[in-house]
Amino acid sequence: MDIIALLGDFTVRSVALGAALVGLVAGALGSFALLRRQSLLGDTLSHAALPGIALGFLVSGSRSLTPILAGALISGALAALLVLLLTRTTRIKDDAALGVSLSLFFAVGTVLLTYAQRQVGAAQAGLDAFLFGQAAAVLPADLTLIGGVGVAALLALALLWKEFKAVTFDADFARSLGLPVLALEALLTLLIAVAVVIGLQLVGVILMVALIVAPAAAARQWTRRLEGMVALAAAFGALAGVAGALVSASARGLATGPVIVLAASALVLASLIAAPERGLAWQAARSWARRRALGSHRVLVDLLRLGQDHRDPAYASEQGMLDTYFGGPTGHVLRRLRRRGLVERVEHMPEEGAHWVLTPAGRSQARELQAPFGGRPERDEGATR
Amino acid sequence: MTALQAWLDTPSVTIVAVGALVGVAATLLGTFLVLRRESMLSDAISHSVLLGIVGAYLLTGTLDTPLHVVGAALAGLATVVLTDLLVRSRRVKQDAAIGLVFPALFAAAVLLINVYARDVHLDADAVLLGEIAFAWLDVVRVGELEVARSLLTMLVVTAVNLAFVTLLYKELKLSTFDPALAVALGLRPGLIGLALLSLLSVTAVGAFDAVGAILFVAFVIVPPTAAYLLTDRLWRMLAYGSAIAVASSVIGYRVAVALDVSIGGSMASVTGAFLFLALAFGPRHGLIARALRRRAPQPPPAAAGAGTAAVPTAAREGVDTRTPAPALITTGGGR
Repeated sequence: MDIIALLGDFTVRSVALGAALVGLVAGALGSFALLRRQSLLGDTLSHAALPGIALGFLVSGSRSLTPILAGALISGALAALLVLLLTRTTRIKDDAALGVSLSLFFAVGTVLLTYAQRQVGAAQAGLDAFLFGQAAAVLPADLTLIGGVGVAALLALALLWKEFKAVTFDADFARSLGLPVLALEALLTLLIAVAVVIGLQLVGVILMVALIVAPAAAARQWTRRLEGMVALAAAFGALAGVAGALVSASARGLATGPVIVLAASALVLASLIAAPERGLAWQAARSWARRRALGSHRVLVDLLRLGQDHRDPAYASEQGMLDTYFGGPTGHVLRRLRRRGLVERVEHMPEEGAHWVLTPAGRSQARELQAPFGGRPERDEGATR
Repeated sequence: MTALQAWLDTPSVTIVAVGALVGVAATLLGTFLVLRRESMLSDAISHSVLLGIVGAYLLTGTLDTPLHVVGAALAGLATVVLTDLLVRSRRVKQDAAIGLVFPALFAAAVLLINVYARDVHLDADAVLLGEIAFAWLDVVRVGELEVARSLLTMLVVTAVNLAFVTLLYKELKLSTFDPALAVALGLRPGLIGLALLSLLSVTAVGAFDAVGAILFVAFVIVPPTAAYLLTDRLWRMLAYGSAIAVASSVIGYRVAVALDVSIGGSMASVTGAFLFLALAFGPRHGLIARALRRRAPQPPPAAAGAGTAAVPTAAREGVDTRTPAPALITTGGGR
């Protein structure tokens, strides 16, 4: 099935729309998680949703999404609270606190899951979908819920934009403004938990962390401004979501979550390499150009000083000697300089190989280069040292 | 011999023994991970090991090869190395790097299973959640005895981990608490860290059958963290953590049978109960002890700042004072 035909299919279209929305919200809120160095909190939040999913299912006795998502949100919030409790009141470090909270909530979740399976029998099949996400299990009513909650989360982000920005970048400054920093931090964490929870059905508890971290990490490479980063991360998240939903719908038996995650990872890789300024390819190109320029400058100055030392501005320097000063072959550097009209090749004694002199343009450029390092004044040229 | 065989034939004994061995093997390594502030690497490794297992399966077409272990160790190392590369590129911070690498590897593994290994006994749910309940069904002969395969595997893994920790105790201790000094003395803390994480990957594979990937993380992190609240001395932390892991297996099994729920999940949950006990009743770092201390008047040079008492303790116990006093609070520096 090709992509165009797929887009015509109503189910696929609505799933793609849902995935786009999930990616959008996760990207926007994930940016804050990334900047606050809370990426792994996303991991804890998503794993910790499992007991809530099972409890929501047990309490409501049905697979309808509202109680399940509510349960997931509550258990995620409790897990975040446990992390806070452990790091604030004991000497447990934050990495261990995150790991403790993640694994314990997940453990309780598996216990509850097996309990739920025994209670309700076959209906539990739907709950397994929450481990890796299953686009096929998403109903239109679920999409309405996901959409509504997602838009509400984005709205909250927009309303408290300035406050969140201050808390993220300079909590002390925010406190001095009289902002309720702790409450804002808690709210931000809760919003991140919301972003995690609405993605659970499509991406699953195991991999949801990737949709929080990856779009934000990709976006961070392209811009230095929070506004741009959040917008770009939202776009990347939506893109990964749509790509994942379409690919997994077009091939039989591909779980949606992993495809979305791989799409997002590809975006990160591309951004790491190609993003202007920060990208690794950009940086490699820049340092290559810099090395090249440095090579030219050194050869120019060597030529100038050889002339000065021989009291002969038109002194023809032997290429072998330039190689020695340079510490390697200079042929390519000299040819480049000749193309720019800065040096000229001269015939000296035929048996002695290539010799080079500076052109007037080359000499003035070499003097400019030499000046900051104590270059000799013009009138001394050719005179006794 | 027959008594031992009868004992080995009892399913509950096998299950509890496998759980306890997973717990001890994980705790031995986890103690150092927690102290090095790299706990979350265990979460990352336990996920990405799946890619190694799938890779080994696709290469050999069978699940019962030692290649398994090699693949898993390689996948674990790949996680660590890739994370390190990302951090060194200075484009992302360490927490984000972990959150980028392991989901990608894990997602690749799940998709490979989806595409190539649909019909084999290798489904991601089983790897994640484990099925210790059937551990006693799969037996191998050792001499005259029939031993459950996972029991044998975990015996070997635990022995290797124990040997690693005892033989390299000094090196591990030094590179955990003072990496700079370790380098100055000619040790290679980075190498020791990699060895630690490779062993962790191998242990994760052994533990998969028993408790599953994520519950394995509970055994790696929770018992050492509980022990960390109980003592300031490294060897005691290892011992207490192992004891908690064993006790959690025994109690967890009982609970699971009583409630008829996931055994692995129940064992891992019980480690949490021990953590909260330690949190409440720990002798120096417990909440109650701290509340009491705050109320009682302090003797002037009191060890109010946690860890400052470690040096006198060391002297009292006649510890070789040439090794630095293991005040657990001092450094958390990673590699």
